[in-house]
Amino acid sequence: MTTLTPTSRGGAPAAGRTVLVLGATSAIASAFCRTRAAAGGRLVLVGRHETRLAAIAADLTARGAAEVATVTTDLGDMAEAEARFAAMIARLGPPDEVLLAYGVLGEQAAAQDSAEETRRVIDVNFTSAALWLQLAAKHLVADGRPRTLVVIGSVAGDRGRQSNYVYGAAKAGLDAFAEGLAHRLHRTNVKVVTVKPGFVDTPMTAHLDRSGPLWAKPEAIASAIDRAVASGQRIVYAPWFWRPIMTAVRFAPRAVFYKTKL
Amino acid sequence: MTEAPRVATTSWGRVARSASHVAEPAYLDDLGPAVRAGATPALAHGLGRSYGDVCLNDGGRLLRTGRLDRIMAADWSTGVVRAEAGLTIGGLLAVAVPRGWFVPVTPGTKFVTLGGAVANDVHGKNHHGAGTFGCHVRAIGLMRSDGAVLKIGPEARPHLFAATVGGLGLTGLIAWVEIQLQPVASSDFEVQTSRLGDLDAFFRVAGESHAWPYTVAWVDCLASGRKLGRGLFSRGRHAADGALVPHAEAARLKVPRDAPSALLGPATVRLFNAAYSRQPATGETRRVPYGKFLYPLDGITDWNKLYGGRGFFQHQSVVPMAAAPRALQALLELTSSEGQGSFLVVLKLFGPRPSPGILSFPREGATFALDLPNRGPDTLRLLGRMAEVVLEAGGRLYPAKDATMSADQFRAGFPRWREVESYRDPGISSDFWRRVTGDRP
Repeated sequence: MTTLTPTSRGGAPAAGRTVLVLGATSAIASAFCRTRAAAGGRLVLVGRHETRLAAIAADLTARGAAEVATVTTDLGDMAEAEARFAAMIARLGPPDEVLLAYGVLGEQAAAQDSAEETRRVIDVNFTSAALWLQLAAKHLVADGRPRTLVVIGSVAGDRGRQSNYVYGAAKAGLDAFAEGLAHRLHRTNVKVVTVKPGFVDTPMTAHLDRSGPLWAKPEAIASAIDRAVASGQRIVYAPWFWRPIMTAVRFAPRAVFYKTKL
Repeated sequence: MTEAPRVATTSWGRVARSASHVAEPAYLDDLGPAVRAGATPALAHGLGRSYGDVCLNDGGRLLRTGRLDRIMAADWSTGVVRAEAGLTIGGLLAVAVPRGWFVPVTPGTKFVTLGGAVANDVHGKNHHGAGTFGCHVRAIGLMRSDGAVLKIGPEARPHLFAATVGGLGLTGLIAWVEIQLQPVASSDFEVQTSRLGDLDAFFRVAGESHAWPYTVAWVDCLASGRKLGRGLFSRGRHAADGALVPHAEAARLKVPRDAPSALLGPATVRLFNAAYSRQPATGETRRVPYGKFLYPLDGITDWNKLYGGRGFFQHQSVVPMAAAPRALQALLELTSSEGQGSFLVVLKLFGPRPSPGILSFPREGATFALDLPNRGPDTLRLLGRMAEVVLEAGGRLYPAKDATMSADQFRAGFPRWREVESYRDPGISSDFWRRVTGDRP
């Protein structure tokens, strides 16, 4: 009789990368973790929901991850960030990759009427994210190993739009922060990659109509992240077609743009 | 919890349609509340690959399981895997094959969730030896609408287990499934194809091929007279050595929109005729990747759209062995005289291994499957006449493929259906169940 435990594995895993995943329960992060697990990676999963992190950890272990640790914490909460971040990277040592994947879409209509909701969307998506990136940069520049900070941005940050400008502004701020960080770290071993997904079929967007050709699966975004890390490209649109779309959106004259419902 | 708006949903045959409130729980801890919440009945919906209405729930709620695709535990030294119900057979193979394990039973597509495989107790080309998918299920996690979370299996609550395997998702939400995989030495198959001159040849070659774990036949459904039942017999086995390479993820082709429905019939028959005339009486043994042998249509995304906007039906039935030669002959005579079959008939002998499920479709005998493009009343009439032949022979129709059988036909084929009804979760129902049991919501 076999007793199943999530940790029993056969076969020797390939030496894989160590990845710190901030917001591991997001669909995009989960999909990315599977690519790293399949290559025998070591993963630290950070999120709010202990049982969900455990479910993901078991899955990644079965898929070949060499080691998986979980840290249950609210990344939107910025109290004692320094000590908490140190504890995260103490679990499996300095990560080769940090994926910043958490975020909250918020409700634009609610934010328009509520300073509290506006603040929540900006704090979670920008303020706290900037803070964790700052700490990651501080901890990772010391040695010469190639390391990557991956930031999940959004096409929504490319231009403020009436339908989504609170979230968009937070992501735009994160964009500027990541750009500055990349500039600062240019001569070091640490690369900063911003991945900007468009519409992704995840629980975050479950309330939207997801038919149509612009929607992508989380697995497609995960592959784009994987390629971006490999190439070190500074900004990656995922899928690629969002680059020309957003170029058009960014440069559309106001006389035209303000007539749209975008 | 606010009720989601209704979403139009259809199944693989694209004839049956329904409008349901759709939820997509992403974690198992979402699933319990999802099945409990709401005034209308719920139903799990995986990839919607069943052909008729077993996966539909008009006016009720559909709980889509696609995001529940995590492996919960895997022992790669014994091949025992427990996974959330939304993991697909393809997704499982991608992880298991490189480690030398294979699903014990697979239908003709890998785009099937484990939950769907249990709920329909699916079978494959290896039924004559391996039985159904349910024969390899060690345990099931079931969430009931009263909040109960149950672990059931052949020994734990065996009656509820028997009602759940093949139970069309009605006995509770299948949250996870634990199965025993089979070891393989290679991801390749060794395959032999031989020519069948007529229906007698099918029974003869199938009888001679018992030692081959995987067998299936394709028969020209338009041939008549002396050629009635001519076809190709294919048999395969896992290769004894070689590499362990999972299938490629991406489909090679995609059907972008509805094809004119006239396209498929003559085209496939011409292709078949060409293959038939090239095929020697008994072919040599070829080596092919498992995807090519088991999932020939998976390379074409949305192949169901080839049947056009009106969709299509599938008739799949099984008849007991003693009655099989006459019944299959009668079914082939019907399809060839009507000239409606657009694809090839798939024939296979089911073996004696009993299915654990009360409502499991397979039983020892011969199974017959045929796609029919929806041409309205003519097609319905043909389906009705085929059902009569099957029931007269003591057989039954496959609920996962069916969109048209009557309540009487269902009850004749599945006389123990009331046992499943007695185990049905009162918070769960489906269009199919209401149709064949007369239970109107």
